[in-house]
Amino acid sequence: MAGFQLRRSLLYVPGNMPSMLQNIPIFQCDGVMIDLEDAVPLSEKDAARSLVRSFLQTYTERNKEVLVRINALDTKWGHDDLKAVLPALPDGIRLPKADRPEIVETLDTLLTEFEEELGLEIGRFRILPSIESAEGVINCIKTARSTKRLIGLAFGAEDYTASLEIERTKRGEELFAARTRVVWACKAAGIQAIDTIFSDAGDMEGLRRETELIKTLGFSGKSLVNPRQIEVIHEVFAPKQAEVDYALQVVEAIQRAREMGTGVISLGGKMVDAPVVKRAVRVLKTAQAHGLIDIELNEEVIYGQE
Amino acid sequence: MVRNSLGRLLPETFNGRPVLPYADPFSLRLERDHASRPLRRVNPGQSKLLGSLREAVEASGLKDGMTIATHHHLRNGDVLLGQVVREIDALGIRDIRIASSSVHPVHAELIPYIEKGVISAFECGVNGPIGEQASKGELKCPIIVRTHGGRARSIISGEVQVDVAFIAAPTCDEYGNMNGAFGPSACGSLGYAHTDALYAKCVVAVTDNLVPYPAAPISIPQTLIDYVVPVETLGDPKKIVSTTTRITRDPVGLQIAHYAAQVIEASGHLKDGFSFQTGSGGISLAVADNVRRMMREQKVKGSFGCGGITGYFVDMLEEGLFQALFDVQCFDLKAVESIGRNPGHMEISADMYANPFNAGAVVNRLDCVILGATEVDVNFNVNVNTESTGYLLHNTGGHSDTAAGAKLAIIVAPSIRGRLPIVRDELTTVTTPGETVDVVVTERGIAVNEKHVELKRELERRKVPVRDIRQLQEEIYNVTGRPRPLEFEDEVVALIEYRDGSIIDAVRKVKE
Repeated sequence: MAGFQLRRSLLYVPGNMPSMLQNIPIFQCDGVMIDLEDAVPLSEKDAARSLVRSFLQTYTERNKEVLVRINALDTKWGHDDLKAVLPALPDGIRLPKADRPEIVETLDTLLTEFEEELGLEIGRFRILPSIESAEGVINCIKTARSTKRLIGLAFGAEDYTASLEIERTKRGEELFAARTRVVWACKAAGIQAIDTIFSDAGDMEGLRRETELIKTLGFSGKSLVNPRQIEVIHEVFAPKQAEVDYALQVVEAIQRAREMGTGVISLGGKMVDAPVVKRAVRVLKTAQAHGLIDIELNEEVIYGQE
Repeated sequence: MVRNSLGRLLPETFNGRPVLPYADPFSLRLERDHASRPLRRVNPGQSKLLGSLREAVEASGLKDGMTIATHHHLRNGDVLLGQVVREIDALGIRDIRIASSSVHPVHAELIPYIEKGVISAFECGVNGPIGEQASKGELKCPIIVRTHGGRARSIISGEVQVDVAFIAAPTCDEYGNMNGAFGPSACGSLGYAHTDALYAKCVVAVTDNLVPYPAAPISIPQTLIDYVVPVETLGDPKKIVSTTTRITRDPVGLQIAHYAAQVIEASGHLKDGFSFQTGSGGISLAVADNVRRMMREQKVKGSFGCGGITGYFVDMLEEGLFQALFDVQCFDLKAVESIGRNPGHMEISADMYANPFNAGAVVNRLDCVILGATEVDVNFNVNVNTESTGYLLHNTGGHSDTAAGAKLAIIVAPSIRGRLPIVRDELTTVTTPGETVDVVVTERGIAVNEKHVELKRELERRKVPVRDIRQLQEEIYNVTGRPRPLEFEDEVVALIEYRDGSIIDAVRKVKE
């Protein structure tokens, strides 16, 4: 649980729009994904790269996780994107079209080279690959284990439905199998699953329904295109009071056990094992982010359970 | 030259009158009776109906050097002021002062008459081209910008004597009973015209909807009206009120509104009896939307909403979230439609709304008001009159009145306008003194006036992004850079009058 990071909402911000970039500090999302890929026309790739680099160099007091979506590495822009933005130290790279684990492994190697060149700790730059094709979904279990740099897998429904030559619907039945497989892959690998965008920015009820669904399936959050969607997503991901109460009891039980010098933790006569602790801490961190509680989580206790 | 308590440099006289420098928001008092007006007698059978505006101007006894007034409820759709001035010109009358409740961009049509000497001064705020041209030094026409409450005060105290008030009456009978709720030029409340009707030496009702006696309901009664003039039209209905006022969809605006709502909640005022005012701007309505949600969730029953009323407030009234609406002007068609139908939706005069020199204005009972700004400074002073160009483009409206009256005056504004930072070292113009402003909310953080230590602490406890205003300024400067101050000539083109009649600032000609 060390390095726990909320990723309920990852907002796409076009890399070629200074007005949007300058607002990144104010949006209340958990992270941003500055886009150099689809949002940027071919004629503006160079300018956007330069703009994003400058912006990241001035945005030094980061109040959220910052990823950059580069162009695919088999295009002529992907490598230039990395070269331009990595010195400005984003937290990670959102890698499009991660159809096979080898694609992620290639990026992993490149990032290691950059880290060595820049004198950074190896593994500093994280990766969030996009699973956005039938092939990507089939391979996602291996992809999820391809490198330790992964923070999760992101599912991209628009390209996925295109690869299946079907329409994307609001009900989203056509996405169910892929979503489930992506979640399995992530959970098995101990990383987060991030759902696709909900493209109708005016339909808040539709967004709410979809977010409730993906939360039930096990996703940790969603990609989004409009900042107005942040609030609804966070509302859905807010823990229920009963969950918070139980999580607080779990943490108390850990502290009690520590004080008594026992490694065995029990709550109401039942053993509390590592997954329960992990979930409790996640609930409490989420509750803190929502302002529902204001407590100091004892990191030593948390690390002790890992 | 003299400096007022805010350090603003003022002329000692302006347009022949001595200037009283602003000292503080609350201590100035006037020890005298209010203005009087002539007694009249209208005998049975005597008609008030006149055939034309020209006949009305002649009958009113208007002469060179006198003052006329109209009201601005028809906003940018108003054609009456232009028509009246044309008739005045045609009759060869010169040197007229305009003391309307406000002048809008549509009244740019008056510019030739200013150049010609028909109009020699404005005893009211101006929106748009007239102020801009005056700021450039292209019009010789002294302007005194007044707040809504300040205008009522100036007329009631006799400081401004309106010789003839021309009241646009959307519905009127031949004896002068009128209302604004019905007719092709319906504008809803006639709140600004009440004071004119009570204190002008002569009152002319002008209508494009003459109805059989008696008009109902009566907003301004026959006892105050000298003449009634039917005309073809009072204005362009499409521009009189907007069809709808909408909540902003801009994420930055929504963020600001969200923070403002958190401030209101943290202030402790959001409880039964809560009273509230917002403007009709998108961010203000988004704040209202948040407030409505919180009132529903917390089952709060408010006492009143006031100011310019929108359909949004009408919905809140009808939902039972407010007991009453005090309406000095309607901002949209839904509000116009409501005022003729909802007993709790009450038309009030600008005097009752905001005059500081009466036995208690409605603004004094406000818990919370949401206001805008073109600039604020590190002392919480606010400018709404001049733009970054230095041109006088906006009237004060009820800004200073409500800031002074409300327990919690919240300024909402994007931190960057165009490419300019909103928080300045020094304002281009001071409209509202920082002593009456409690919180400044931007999308980058919230600055709380240091007089509210408790509120600041509560917001910090709730993890709302509170910043010292200088810290906020620095953060914005990091994005925008430090702006270069504008340069002005010495010539004063307008005075910004505080609500009590003292002068809070002077607007100078912009250096080319």
